[in-house]
Amino acid sequence: MSTLTIEKLTVGHGDGAPVLHGLELEVPDGGVVALLGANGAGKTTLLRSLMGLVPARSGRVLLDGTDLTRLSTEDRVRRGLALVPEGRSVVVELTVAENLRLGTLWKTGRKRKGPAREAAVGQMYELFEPLARRRDAAGHTLSGGERQMLALARALVGEPDVLLLDEPSLGLAPLVVAQLLGVLRDQAEATGLTVLLAEQNVTGALSVADRGVVLSLGEVVADRPAAELAADPALRHAYLGF
Amino acid sequence: MTPEMGPAVERLVFLLSTGLARGAVLALFALSLVIVYRAARAVNFAQAAMAIVPVYVAFAVTSASGSYWLGLACALVTGALLGAVVERWLLRLVPQDNPLPGIIVAIGLVMVLQAGLAIAFGPDHRPVHAPFSQRPFDVGGVSVLSPYDLFVLIVAAVVMGGFAILFNRTSIGLQLRAAAFAPETSRLLGVRVPRMVTLGWMLSIATAALAALLLVPTGLGLDPHAADVLFVNAFAAAVIGGLDSPVGALVAGLVVGVLASLVTGYASAATAPLAVLALLTVVLLVRPHGLFAAREARTA
Repeated sequence: MSTLTIEKLTVGHGDGAPVLHGLELEVPDGGVVALLGANGAGKTTLLRSLMGLVPARSGRVLLDGTDLTRLSTEDRVRRGLALVPEGRSVVVELTVAENLRLGTLWKTGRKRKGPAREAAVGQMYELFEPLARRRDAAGHTLSGGERQMLALARALVGEPDVLLLDEPSLGLAPLVVAQLLGVLRDQAEATGLTVLLAEQNVTGALSVADRGVVLSLGEVVADRPAAELAADPALRHAYLGF
Repeated sequence: MTPEMGPAVERLVFLLSTGLARGAVLALFALSLVIVYRAARAVNFAQAAMAIVPVYVAFAVTSASGSYWLGLACALVTGALLGAVVERWLLRLVPQDNPLPGIIVAIGLVMVLQAGLAIAFGPDHRPVHAPFSQRPFDVGGVSVLSPYDLFVLIVAAVVMGGFAILFNRTSIGLQLRAAAFAPETSRLLGVRVPRMVTLGWMLSIATAALAALLLVPTGLGLDPHAADVLFVNAFAAAVIGGLDSPVGALVAGLVVGVLASLVTGYASAATAPLAVLALLTVVLLVRPHGLFAAREARTA
């Protein structure tokens, strides 16, 4: 659906040394790119900067050639960018249904009306069966796995063009991780969704991605097809430490 | 009700019904504090002064036009505008990382507004007429609510019902709640959070102005401090209710109103604030987050 281009992006927090140094990356239309790297490599900072939550010191972020750099977070969302942040970002005071409805309010460039919203939410309940059973439960009563499902469903229900995910597998059981990543892969194949997936779970991420990008100290140090990265022990050892 | 009822029962019925009407005003004002608390995560100490400015506007409009309703409409609009102006051009400029600067600016705003009103309109009480009679209905020889009390109760019920629908049934209400609970997550879903904060202030001050407008005819009249005691009692009610809960504000407002009325009737008016304080103390000792505070989030 859309191509995300990052040009010479430099980002830092406060007065400190920059976390990202002139980072260059292109996530092609319909591509699923795994963003790998150790803690502190700059994965979260990159994703938050793409959403405008952390200001860029220099460089540009383009969505299908349109410069997003000066847009607010809300406007980037309305242009078709979505982020599932780290740590199961469910609004715990709202119910499952309300969280999902919140995700439907702003779709790329246009507001959707009632029936279309209902249909989109119904689709998510089909994808994530546990959510359908708990649709009227408040967010704070959900388990970790259910919260991450809800966070992903809430992002998907807005039908973004580019979906950014920050460590969706963090702290979840392997079975739940497999299910979440499976849904992600299926959705990407079915809708042509462009995905940038930051993960510590390298094996899981590379199993659904078609390309792997390794970040180290704020720079891209490897950019290979996912299968190659997963199969080459020397590469894995050099860049990912195992 | 039968004429055989003793004077003690008559007195109780009268005090209870008066308490409900006063409680409805308290509940409205407490609700306005809850709305602004949700939007800004801060208690607005300037709420009384900001509420009384629109009442002066209503007073002036009603005096000039002769229409109570036109005055009421102008008060609501002025309240909403004042809320937006104070939030956008004053409080947004104050550092947000700790609540103290905001509180101090709010207290300064109280002084400016109240002194400004005293300069413009004079410090005296101005008698304000109610749009309906304040003579209580006589039901079987027992004095109960006055027509004006009934009007206050109906207005409060309509406003409460309107807010319940707004918050729970509309997209704007959903965005208001989400923006209050989780600003960053809401922005990531496309909600314009700063706009929601401004809207919260507008709704809050308009509601507070309505409460003050309903209160003024039952008191000594209009002066720059006419809503101060209302603020104190409504703040107690909002804290008792949980500060974050509209339902809590409603229930606690009615309870505080009835309590103050009963204590005033059976003891003295001077004792009423002590009774409210005692209730507040007991509630905070038993439930430190208030009666209707949100439950703790699941952590595992």
